[in-house]
Amino acid sequence: MAYRHHKSAKLEESLNQAQKAAPSPYEGLTEEELFTPAEYDQAAGERVAYSGYSYWRSTFRVFLKNKVALCLLILIAILLAFTFIQPLLPGQRSPIEVFNDPATGMPYRNLKPGQEGFLFGSNSIGQDLWSRVWSGTRTSLLIGFAVALVEAVVGVLVGVLWGYVRRLDRLFTEIYNVLDNIPQTIVLILIAYILRPSIQTLILSMCLTGWLGMSRFIRNQIVIIRDRDYNLASRCLGTPTFRIIFRNLLPYLVSVITLRMALAIPSAIGNEVFLTYIGLGLPVDTPSLGNLINEGRMIMTIPDLQYQLFFPAIVLSFITISFYIIGNAFADAADPKNHR
Amino acid sequence: MLKYSLKRLGQSLISLFIITTIVFSLLRLMPIEGYFQNFDKLDDVQIEATLTTMGLRDPLLVQLKNFYVNLFQGDLGVSNIYRPHVPVLDIIAEKAPLSAAMGLGSMAIALALGLPLGIAMAKSKSRLGTGRRFLDKFWDKFGTAFIVFITAVPSAVYYLFIQLFFTDPSFLGLPMLFSESNPASWILPTLSLSLGNIAYYAMWLRRYMVDELNKDYIQLARAKGLPAKSIMRRHVFRNAFVPLIQYLPSSLLYTVAGSIYIESLYSVPGMGGLLVNVIQRQDNTMVQALVLIYSAIGIVGLLLGDLLMCAVDPRITFTKKGGAR
Repeated sequence: MAYRHHKSAKLEESLNQAQKAAPSPYEGLTEEELFTPAEYDQAAGERVAYSGYSYWRSTFRVFLKNKVALCLLILIAILLAFTFIQPLLPGQRSPIEVFNDPATGMPYRNLKPGQEGFLFGSNSIGQDLWSRVWSGTRTSLLIGFAVALVEAVVGVLVGVLWGYVRRLDRLFTEIYNVLDNIPQTIVLILIAYILRPSIQTLILSMCLTGWLGMSRFIRNQIVIIRDRDYNLASRCLGTPTFRIIFRNLLPYLVSVITLRMALAIPSAIGNEVFLTYIGLGLPVDTPSLGNLINEGRMIMTIPDLQYQLFFPAIVLSFITISFYIIGNAFADAADPKNHR
Repeated sequence: MLKYSLKRLGQSLISLFIITTIVFSLLRLMPIEGYFQNFDKLDDVQIEATLTTMGLRDPLLVQLKNFYVNLFQGDLGVSNIYRPHVPVLDIIAEKAPLSAAMGLGSMAIALALGLPLGIAMAKSKSRLGTGRRFLDKFWDKFGTAFIVFITAVPSAVYYLFIQLFFTDPSFLGLPMLFSESNPASWILPTLSLSLGNIAYYAMWLRRYMVDELNKDYIQLARAKGLPAKSIMRRHVFRNAFVPLIQYLPSSLLYTVAGSIYIESLYSVPGMGGLLVNVIQRQDNTMVQALVLIYSAIGIVGLLLGDLLMCAVDPRITFTKKGGAR
């Protein structure tokens, strides 16, 4: 301690001496020459306040650095576009029609991939697996997106009310504690069992369980940022509540909402497969990935026919893994802590 | 603690009551075929007569009251189609032990593999690792890939492929269908059942351990010169495991009650397979009883988790209003 004190005193002393010894460049100038008032320049004033930081630009910059996620995003976009373009391409077969061999009049049963123009082969009753896979992907993605969208809208709506309106907090929390105890799989099974299976009822039964987690999450975030100074200031200035919610609060939550939506899609697709397996899925004349996998499962013990399980399973795994990775990469990128 | 426990118990009872009432009321909307073995052969008069004797033409509230009275006497009704006139509880009591044995086995595997994997992954994120960077990196990469795969791909799909590949005669040739007397046939269903839990425990243990590693007291322990091993074991692991305890009873109860999907896939004659079976055959009473049992299991699991958590971690006091979580 004593040593340090000694050293700093020494340093200071030598600095003072050096300052005294050096000739000042301002020596001999009058007061007026030293201080000239600056001209008012609005452009210069603006320049000082500008930081060059844009939230979305930084988000995309960080996201683009993640090569794996970027690759998957491009592939998923192509796949998505392709499911819609495929029926319009020339020479496509209908996914639900049974095709007969014109020579024998018998249906084309279990053709190998590539035979007779069936790119993915045909299934056990003579339908075209290629168009069934794409039609099924379309159905499954439709279910996934619909569930994610409803989940986001309902979850955000309830979450904002729950988090922002103090009087509702107690009531909503109690309701949540009760509802959260009910196992989701059971609700899913129950609703699907009671309602006759169709795309709408499947979406309904998945939406009934999904929004709960989302709204709790939104509520927690809102409670954290609700009383930050800038929101307090807005409120004091008389900003209407809905404007505070939409301009001050929700932009903060865009990243977590997108993440949860991205993860809701694969889980909805997975739920569809599960419900189909236990016999509560879509009717067989509506191809979906769940239906195709279930059809493939029934004949999977025959090695020659396993392609009927592999094609839909590969497409499904690719979609779910991609959404999972893209969602996580986007959430990382949207976190301002990672904007360096 | 006591006050909280009572409040939490009350919450669970309310949940149970609500789900029971909803399940019961909703199942009244089911087509009436589900109450008859030979629906097609009966005429309208006979159907009406049977429904009336079963009490299904009473007003909903009367039915609900009767149902609760029976429930408290331990009577969940009799099966209609699956095994006619056999009490539901007898059928379940026959099936439950097998599911429980398999569930316990899979839970043991999940903990025995999931926890070390989580620890190995956390080590690579700190200077407390083995010192062999390559090994640490490998476990982190391997674990991440495994977790992403298990979480992202629907279990319904990877279970199928496990069954397909491991039963392939040219590879391992394990039996495809379950039989209680053949030990080899236990391997695949038990292992498949544990995969989800392995990924879950590894993922969360890693995350909590990394959080814990960044805390100041770990720096202190290192500065004191504690060996890395004992820091990991005595400080980091112990503290990181506390939040996982909350999940332990739920996952245990669910696996013990049997996986709906796996049991049906391997034809394990347990509770989970039973649910699929009775859904496909539309046996309303059985579906109702099993759905109620599964929701009760879920509710009890969460309740036990919260109470256990509260007992283990003295820092948690649930005196604030607005519930525990």
